[in-house]
Amino acid sequence: MHIDNFASGDSLLHRLDPRIKIVIALLFSVIVAVADKSLCLATAVCFSLALLFIARLSLREVFLRLLAVNAFILFLWLFLPFTYGGEKLFSIGPLNATREGIIYALLITVKSNTIVVALIALLATTPIITLGHALGHLYVPSKLIHLLFFTVRYLQVLHLEYDRLRAAMRIRAFKPGTNLHTYRSLAYLIGMLLIKSFDRADRIRKAMLCRGFHGEFYLLSHFELQKIDIVMLLIMMLVVGGMGSLQWIILK
Amino acid sequence: MDNSEIIINLKGVSFLYHGNQSQRPVLDELNLQISRGERVGLIGPNGSGKTTLFHLLMGLLKPTQGDIEVFGKKRQQEKDFREVREKIGLLFQDSDDQLFCPTVAEDVAFGPLNLGKTQDEALEITRQVLKRLALEEFEDRLTYKLSGGEKRLISLATVLAMQPEVLVLDEPTTGLDEDTVERLIQILKSSKLTYLIASHNRDFLSKTTDIVYHLGRGKITRAT
Repeated sequence: MHIDNFASGDSLLHRLDPRIKIVIALLFSVIVAVADKSLCLATAVCFSLALLFIARLSLREVFLRLLAVNAFILFLWLFLPFTYGGEKLFSIGPLNATREGIIYALLITVKSNTIVVALIALLATTPIITLGHALGHLYVPSKLIHLLFFTVRYLQVLHLEYDRLRAAMRIRAFKPGTNLHTYRSLAYLIGMLLIKSFDRADRIRKAMLCRGFHGEFYLLSHFELQKIDIVMLLIMMLVVGGMGSLQWIILK
Repeated sequence: MDNSEIIINLKGVSFLYHGNQSQRPVLDELNLQISRGERVGLIGPNGSGKTTLFHLLMGLLKPTQGDIEVFGKKRQQEKDFREVREKIGLLFQDSDDQLFCPTVAEDVAFGPLNLGKTQDEALEITRQVLKRLALEEFEDRLTYKLSGGEKRLISLATVLAMQPEVLVLDEPTTGLDEDTVERLIQILKSSKLTYLIASHNRDFLSKTTDIVYHLGRGKITRAT
């Protein structure tokens, strides 16, 4: 399980109030997603690299996560340069790659990686449970937050159940291959996992009813802003605000 | 308080799972009486209906026929059982069903908060209960990272935090090591509660209960 892999460090970003991190991450992601001015994006790249540096995360781990993101982006590179209209740059057989298409694919690559790096540095450095509580104090509806909590809580249980079922298959010499037996067995595995989750959901509901649950959820943790939190908030707001004004005011 | 006051009274209770019309009912006109202060064990083969019996008692299932009287009142509607659930604490067989909050403190506080306690009161009760079970250091731990034995003891804490009058424990010793079982025995012996325990562990039952019933073929008999 990869939950909370990055949350165990002790950097300035790890200690920062999670509410501030959520607000900055949100503003930053939105601006980067819609920006198209290169100076604005360059600032964003520098900002997320700076965050990564401050968070002192293992660069190898971060790189592995980025690989996963870029696997999706690879498909964009296969299609975008050849389907986007514009000035022809080179051709492979009947396919023409355009200059605009390549620039567009490049833009998406830079934006996605910038956002993911910033999110890792800002959000993955807080345990997911604390993030949930912080969202609660930012007035996100409690049903959504409890959905998050239940997911985190039972992902682990489901994963263990999956491991047990897989082990049960393996000890009876199951070797996956490209045949009907494999497909059928894997379908059984998924089906069994679904039924078990359904049963478990039912038992959890009963256990909650036994403890007087009547549709109301309560949050116990509270946060307090420190001086360093406010200083960091101001600095980060300045950078993010600067990016926004570069995009929409100065380079208009 | 009258010591012989009957607080749980099941009269002719039968239960049949849906779509099983052709089969023998799980519980067949079963009778059971438990008085205040009684410590009762329940033994019976797998699938004999021990869990079903407990779920009927808590109103999680409805009997096909028969009456369920708890604390002197007949209980039929969901609404009747709300009061039952406040006074009877059920410990589930699988602790992963019971512990659903991210942290131990939140899970233990869940019941008291539902009973209308304030956050401070709930936290106070949580600390008291954890202390009573010598589990203070678990307060801020994440529930999904606990070991099996720790999960069982924390589950018991979540039930005790409701300050119930009766405890109903469904296979509490399954999967526990000897030390944890011993701890459980001490906790139960030192409590003044009425309780009903289903278990396959005769040794555990003989140490914790005064009377053991046998559940088989849908009926309850005195175990020998």
